[in-house]
This record gives sequence, C-alpha cells and structure tokens, in this order.
Amino acid sequence: MNILATKRGAKDLLASPMAEQALASIPAEGIANLSRRRLLGLGAGALVLGVLLPALPSRVFAQATANAVKPGTRVPAFLVIGADNSVKLLSPFVEGGQGVSTGQAQIVGEELDVNPSRFTVECAPPGPDYAVINGLRLTGGSFSTRSSYDVLRRLGATARDMFIRAAAAKLNVATDTLTTQDGVVIHAASGRRLPYGDIAAEALALEPAENVPLRDPATFRYIRQPVPRLDARDKSTGKAVYAIDQKVEGMLYAAVQHTPHLGTEPLSLANEAAVKAMPGVHSIHKLPGAVAVTADSWFRARKAVEALEVTWSAPAPSGFATVAADYSSQGLLDALKAETSTGVEAEKAGDVAAAFATAAKIVEADYDAPYLAHGQLEPPSAIARFNADGTLELWLQNQMPELFQSIAAKTADLPAEKVVLHSPILGGFFGRHFAYGSSNPFIQSILLAKATSRPVKVLWSREEEFRMDALRPLSFSRFKAALDKDGRPTALQVRTVGEGPTGRWFGAIFGGPVDSSAVEGIVEKPYAIANRSMEFVKFPHPVTIAFWRSVGHSMNDYFYESFLDEIADAGGHDPYALRLELLKDKPRHLKLLQTVGALSGGWKRGPYEAEGGKRARGVSMASPFGSETATVAEVSLKDGEVRVHDLWIAFDPGSIVNPAIVKSQVESAAALGLSSTLFEELAYADGVRQSSNFDSYPILARDHMPAVHVEIVESGAPMGGVGEPGLPGIGPAVVNAVAALTGTRVRSLPLAKAKFGA
Amino acid sequence: MPRINVNGRDYDVAAEADTPLLWVLRDTLGLTGTKYGCGIAMCGACTVLMDGQATRSCQVQLDSIGTAKIRTIEAIAEDEVGRKVVEAWVEQQVPQCGYCQSGQVMAATALLTHNPHPTDADILDAMTNLCRCGTYNRIADAINHAAG
Repeated sequence: MNILATKRGAKDLLASPMAEQALASIPAEGIANLSRRRLLGLGAGALVLGVLLPALPSRVFAQATANAVKPGTRVPAFLVIGADNSVKLLSPFVEGGQGVSTGQAQIVGEELDVNPSRFTVECAPPGPDYAVINGLRLTGGSFSTRSSYDVLRRLGATARDMFIRAAAAKLNVATDTLTTQDGVVIHAASGRRLPYGDIAAEALALEPAENVPLRDPATFRYIRQPVPRLDARDKSTGKAVYAIDQKVEGMLYAAVQHTPHLGTEPLSLANEAAVKAMPGVHSIHKLPGAVAVTADSWFRARKAVEALEVTWSAPAPSGFATVAADYSSQGLLDALKAETSTGVEAEKAGDVAAAFATAAKIVEADYDAPYLAHGQLEPPSAIARFNADGTLELWLQNQMPELFQSIAAKTADLPAEKVVLHSPILGGFFGRHFAYGSSNPFIQSILLAKATSRPVKVLWSREEEFRMDALRPLSFSRFKAALDKDGRPTALQVRTVGEGPTGRWFGAIFGGPVDSSAVEGIVEKPYAIANRSMEFVKFPHPVTIAFWRSVGHSMNDYFYESFLDEIADAGGHDPYALRLELLKDKPRHLKLLQTVGALSGGWKRGPYEAEGGKRARGVSMASPFGSETATVAEVSLKDGEVRVHDLWIAFDPGSIVNPAIVKSQVESAAALGLSSTLFEELAYADGVRQSSNFDSYPILARDHMPAVHVEIVESGAPMGGVGEPGLPGIGPAVVNAVAALTGTRVRSLPLAKAKFGA
Repeated sequence: MPRINVNGRDYDVAAEADTPLLWVLRDTLGLTGTKYGCGIAMCGACTVLMDGQATRSCQVQLDSIGTAKIRTIEAIAEDEVGRKVVEAWVEQQVPQCGYCQSGQVMAATALLTHNPHPTDADILDAMTNLCRCGTYNRIADAINHAAG
C-alpha cells in the first residue's frame, strides 16, 4: 500500500500505465510472496528488535506467537554429536567470509563445554527452529552474532545439561556429582568419563530443561578470545566447497544470455538449429528475460548461448524492473535533483525555520553516489533437481533460506515442505544473495530442470552477473545548514530523494512512510545540532536495487560527514575540534573520537610535508548497525590521483565474541569502502549497463590497499554489528582528507571521476 | 585427443581445442579448487602453476598446453614452498570468504619459488590477484612470514 501511495513522487520517471501495473506488482516480487506467519516463523514472542523491525505491525507478532516451536530451543535441531565425539552445529546463518561459523562455535562451545576447534558448522535447512532473529531468519544487517548470542549460549548450556542428565542416568549417580570437560562428562569420585558421543542419543532425546544457568562470563575460555577461523585451512587449500563447486549425478550445465534491457523478452532465435548442432548442446530455451542453453559442460553451454542470435522485444518505458531504452544514471540523478514534491518526515527536532531565519551563515550542498555492483568473486549459480519422491532439491547461494524455499515452491507449484534447500558457503556476498526477482539464477534452474527432466546447474558468467546483479541504489541528498555568529551549526536540513532496498523488498512487512535504508546515516547522528529536519521523498528506481554492505550507510555517512566538514570550514573550525565539541555530551562517541585521534598519532589535518610529497588527513564518524566507528584517513596525490596511505579506525561494537575476526571484518569493510570511494560506479547509458566485467568496473587491488589500523573499544553497550560498520566511515574520511589537501570538495563519488592538479 | 599432465597424472581430455584449462580442470577433471571469477584474466581466482609459473587458467586453451606440467591447489601439499605458503595462510588467518585464496596461494607459491625473499615491491608486482574481502595486507604478511 505504501508503495502505491508514494509512487506519485516518481511520475516523471514512471508515467505509463504499464509502470502503474508494475508498481502494483512490487509486493508479489518481494517478500510478500510469503505469508507473514511463515516468514516470521515462529514464537517471535518476547524478543524486541529495535533496528530491523521498527514498524512491525503488532498483528504480525500475534500471528507469530500462535506457533509451537520456539526458535533456538530444540537442541537436536542444532547439534549433531557423532559417535566419534565430533560436534556439528546446524547454524541459522550462512558463512560467507564474515566468520559467523567460528563465532557460533565459540558461543555454543563455551556453554556446551566443547572446544570450538572441534566443531564443524553448516547452514541449517529451512525450518522454524532457526528463526532466531526475533522470529525471522536471515544472514544480513550485521545481525547474526548480536541477535543469536543469548539464544546460542542458552542452547549450549541446555545441551550440556542434557548430557549431564543422560550421564547421571547411565552411571546411576546424582547430576551434581558430575562435571564436564571438553565434550566429556566426568564423575570425579569414580574417575569414570563419558564422552558426549557415547550418550548423544539418550541426551538429545531428553526434554530440555528451562532456565539452565549460564557460565559466569569471568570464566569464559572461548568467547572474547581470538579463536582461529574453523575454515582457514580448507580455504587455503582449495577444499572449501561453494555453490559453484557442487555437482549432482546426471546434471546438465546451463548458461544464459540475459536481455541487455531489463524488462524485455526474447521473441525469436535466428540460428537455433545451428546452435543446437554445436558440440555437447542438449537443448535451447527461452526464459523470462533470457535465453538458455543446456549442455554437457558449462563452457560448451556458454559458447552456444552466446552464439544465439536473439531478437528481444522493444524496451518499454521505465517501470518496476523495466528499464527504458533511453534510461541513464545521469538522467535519474537529474530527476532526483529536480523532484519537487514534499517528502515525509524522517527526523525532526527543534525549530529549523527559526534557526535559519536568524542564521549568521547558511551552507548548502548536493551530494550523490552511484549505483554499485556487489562484485563478490563467486558468480551466481544454482542447481535444481526434481527427485523421484516428489521433492525439489536446490543448491544455491542465499542469505534467507525460508524465503528462497517459498519462492522456489511457488515457481515449481509445490508446497514449501517439498522443497529441500542446501545453502553452501558463499564466495563473498555483501548483500548479493537476498532474493531480488530476476537477479538470482535459481528460478532459471528450476524452470530448466522441469523442462529437461534432468538436474540442471545454472552458472552466470561474470558478464551476465554484471548485467543482472541487483545494485546499491544511486542516491542523492540535499543539505542545508544554519551557522551562528561563532560558526557553529544551529540547524541542519536534509532532503533525501530516492529508494532503498528495505522499502523495495521488505516493504510489505517493514512498511512505513520512511524507508530506513534510504535515510540511515543521515538520521540519528549523535551531534548536538539542536534544530533538525530530515525528509524523505520516495522515488522508485526502474533497475533492480539491493542491499550492499552497510546499505544506506554506504553513501549517507559520506554525505553527512563530508557536509559536516563543509560546515566546519564555513564556520572557521577544525573538523576534528568541531566534532569533539558537538559530541561533548556523548561520552561513548567522544571516547571513540579521542581513541582514533590517539591511534593516528594525534589529530593533524594538514596539509603537511611527508615522504613523497604533501599529505592531509580527514576524520569521520558513523553509527551503523548498533556499533560506532571513528575513522581517520591520510591521503596524498600521485599523478593527479588520490592515494590513501593509512586508515585508522576505532571501532566500538559494545562487546565482542572474537577480537581477531572483528578486526579482520573491519579491515575488510574498510577495503570495500575504499574501493567504492575511489573507483566504483555502475553507470547506465541508453538503457544499458556500461560495465560488463572487472576491466570496466575496477575494484580495489593491492596497489591501492592502504595500511589499516584497527582498535576495538568495548564500551559495554548492547552488542552491535560487525560485518558492515567498518565501511561507512571510509568514504567521508578520505574525501575530507582530499578536501584538506586540495581545497576541492568532492560531492559525487567515485573519486576517480575527479581530476586533481598533480 | 589432447593429453595433459595435471598434478603428476596424465589425462586424455575429450574437449574442443579452445576449451580453457580452467573448465577442463573444474568440469572435466573435477578439480574444483581452481575457481572461476571473471574469465578474462583480471581476477586471478583461476591461477595454477604451469611449469612452475603462475598462470591464469581461464586464458589457457587446451591445445596450447602441450607437455607443460600443471599443478593445481589440490596438489599444493606436494610442493615444498606451497606447504609453507599454506601454513602461513593459516597462521596469518588470511581467508575470509576464501573464494580467491586458491589463486592467491598459487600465485604466492610461484613468487616464493622464484624469489624466496621478496621485497614489498616484488609482492606488489607478483600478487595482482583480486580479493573482494580486501585481505591484501594479510596476504603480504603471510608471504613475508613464509619467506622467513
């Protein structure tokens, strides 16, 4: 409903009747495919999720609590103990590099009393037991560890109690005479030892006890330790198995060619017979928005499908998942800037009009950031197999098993419980593997398996992935600040025009007038600016938009923190000093800012002379996903191009599970943030994407990788996210440093577009 | 039928002459440790050793291999330098998603085989494989660690 109600703001772009229909169909493409009860799983009851579920209707909770299974409580759904005393954890989350498997093993192992190094961890199949994020299950939003920490501790403790009770029965002793040690129940008085593996069947059949006491954190052995990643060796020896590595008996390989204009369909194939005669080709198919060839090897299938001469239908005017023949990203940006309709209130405080009326100075600036591809190194693939027992079995990349299961069931016209879904580890994801309509290959694999009566593996070439990847939305915000006679900001007004992925894909359940994923990073900033007015104007994109590491923060903190430096410059203040002043009543932020100052050897803006020429520094702060960051970047110019030498990041996620993984995640997020700041842009011209591979979409390589210095601060605040928060501070710190060095304020990314005097 | 030598074994490969070595390894021989990333020799995920040289297998056609000895990540433990590299990778906790790391390990093995004590500039020159998780600094640390 909200989508229809707010689409009027987009009439310039989406004027046709077809677009109206397309917009009306948005929920059908998204999460509303699922019944809310099914999606939210079960027993959402007591937990409260402040960030992800800001506007969750109460009826959803009412539906959810009607179900029987309380997620995260049925021990046998999570733990498989082998006779050899091995421990397998079925995790609600999928490992994609963020280290969640190791962290989960630490949390469960701590309470279960099993060394996490002995765990294997797999992503669990679909099922209500795993809906541990307040009745939802997804791997994203930097939610995994913080949402499941308490649940998994309790699960581990409950399981340990079951092993003790089973051992007590077997040894005919009282439970309080038993202790445990790394997977073994010990009766000290008699010296008898029962490995968990010897009593697993009896233990896991017991009724779990309620309220089993948890360990005193002061006695933790694994949590808060830099436990080595469980997957480091397999990933260093080629043994780790990704979706792309899966193979099933009798499978055909499929390659596809998608339409260059999203929303058009294949009409005819000029050379079908010739392609059919190519080596190894099994069959040729028209699919929604694509053509496919199946063959006995993927290379043969790819060669054949790329040889197909396809006539596509004419592009329609832009609409939902429909890109017009003349669509361009520049045109979209122009439209966002020119849009005049009044937005909805995203944040309001004080009296902005009065502050501007009495301002000594007014600062204004427009900021924008481009469409971005995910560029995860593993291309999308999916295997579908219809089994003799009437089930459909799938191996596919995903961040939300129950959603994919539901869409697959609908595609195959089967009940969801007939869809068996495997979620292999991901070769990077960064938000890529949510369900994004035609941007995932699994629907193609199902259609082709049905058509050929064979198992089919669809693999997208890198070029097809660049054609179909769902994108971080191109974004725009207009800033205006009022300064008093001392040059301090008294009011801030921000107008954000665009669309975020939460509204697009989860609007049906997280519906509200303001799309949090479009304004996060602009609202809820910690600075003491008394009068604030932030508005959001929804303006739908015709292209498929996506979550991308740190989502709205990935551009909005750049916009805001760069503009804050503009305010400091206009008011004659040092940007670091101004931030200290605006945070003087925010001890957590103040400490973090001081920490990054010290970490970088004391704040200095520059420019100053250094080896190889002048350098300067920039500072920024961000509050993403329940965590806090403060970042300093040092830059220079080389041949007119920005070089980043060092990034210093003070990171406060409240509390942590694994300091080594936290650190590596911050480093990783910093690298991706820098990549997008320096290089990345997926532009549209004439309705077609202008990048097709890493040669036309450069990403950060070793030659631009700076030193990254991370200091973790555990403030004791509620546990925040880890995978994404390191990213948003990078862009503004770098851009602010560039401004200090060159005097040029870059208000449109990436920096590669700007040329600086050498 | 072309015959190629991979990890010390000869294989007769029934595939077209222009088939890239990458796909022979992955789909014909089932050696999936070598990864497909871009197909245009930009990312290096498909790096293997050909007669000890780091080579992007997506650009090596089957009919151009001849008698070259190919080593893939599956046989890394049979390479003295490769074993050291792997241990350093584990020690330095390099991998995150891990998808590029087979290629990185092969590239590092080739580097250290030819240049046991590389400078930072040598590492920069030799290690051009892309990593979307941004593990570049840890890779350099691991190479230095392996070099001793």
